[in-house]
Amino acid sequence: MVSKVVESAAAAVDDIDDGATIMIGGFGTAGLPSALVDAVIDQGARDLTIVSNNAGNGETGLAALLKTKRVRRIICSYPRQTDSYVFDALYRSGEIELEVVPQGNLVERIRAAGAGIGAFYTPTAAGTMLAAGRESRTFAGREFVLEYPIHADVALVKAHKGDRWGNLVYRKTARNFGPVMATAARCTIAQVDEIVDLGALDPESIVTPGIFVSRVVEA
Amino acid sequence: MAARVARDIPEGAYVNLGIGLPTLVANHLPADKDIFLHSENGMLGMGPAPRAGAEDPDLTNAGKQPVTLLTGGAFFHHADSFAMIRGRHLDICVLGAFQVSVTGDLANWHAGEPDAIPAVGGAMDLAVGAKQVFVMMEHVTKKGERKIVDACSYPLTGRRCVSRIYTDLAVLDVTPAGLAVRELVDGLSLEELARCTPLEVRS
Repeated sequence: MVSKVVESAAAAVDDIDDGATIMIGGFGTAGLPSALVDAVIDQGARDLTIVSNNAGNGETGLAALLKTKRVRRIICSYPRQTDSYVFDALYRSGEIELEVVPQGNLVERIRAAGAGIGAFYTPTAAGTMLAAGRESRTFAGREFVLEYPIHADVALVKAHKGDRWGNLVYRKTARNFGPVMATAARCTIAQVDEIVDLGALDPESIVTPGIFVSRVVEA
Repeated sequence: MAARVARDIPEGAYVNLGIGLPTLVANHLPADKDIFLHSENGMLGMGPAPRAGAEDPDLTNAGKQPVTLLTGGAFFHHADSFAMIRGRHLDICVLGAFQVSVTGDLANWHAGEPDAIPAVGGAMDLAVGAKQVFVMMEHVTKKGERKIVDACSYPLTGRRCVSRIYTDLAVLDVTPAGLAVRELVDGLSLEELARCTPLEVRS
């Protein structure tokens, strides 16, 4: 019998190595798997590369992880917020590297990784400084920029309900990056509000089929 | 400005309102017409802010403020959201700007300071993807500098992507022959507008 259910967030993240690339779902705090992020803080892995839309706000969640100074690099689309002072200070003192990626490129690079695509061309950022140094080609009279997939060792996503086969459904705009990141990591860990019995999730409505998910924890 | 932009949004249009001033356009959309607001974080049929106490932290707009979902709305993930944006499914996007050039170049993500923390979000995707990009902004800065320029000096968000500019002084179309003045605010003459806008006709 297969069960991907793990008993605790701590157990779910226990084997994350130093130097890991970790995707973290969420748009601001909506859809942020905060119990898993807190567990990573407790677990102590260092020299991490984080892939997420934002870079944390206030003192909790992603900001708390950055505050440990164990994140070497962050790949994100919008680090700056009114209360992103933890990130701002680390960036200004050179203690964290930043790769800013247009949000559509960020999600499509993640999607490409999960979908086995080697590289793709997008019109986004053509002619801007974020395309500097990148190859481009013209298709149908329009300039497109070459982009590469972003793979991860671990993806931490927040879903609403999951079952022991790893099938997931999400809630409202907390969905955002979760389903895409879930496909792109060697180990996807889902924090869910509720673990339900097999068969409780309508097969027509499952958003992340369990093939993409390694571990499910209720938290 | 928001009311004036809202008047140009037809029923049935799929629209993304950028963060900042453009979100005010939602307050002026006619209640009796179906206009579909897309939010980049995964929602179509975005509704107004909820009443105090009814906020749901899982239901926010691109500016991370609480919103509601209209009957008939839908949620989807980020790859689908940006497929809608990049795949030219949005009819209109309303964005703020630091500068717009006479050829429709847009600069709205980086104010050029050398020590600024870069942050771009979905602006570049919206700029290339929307069928029409409307810019909504003050005509000049607080210091009186022109924001409609011959060429943008700030880092670009997109090239040749702006269709129309709405300011507190005028509504202007970007055309191959230069800017076309659609409307002037009451009491403003074309000569007065020309003193703070590059209106020369290009051959």
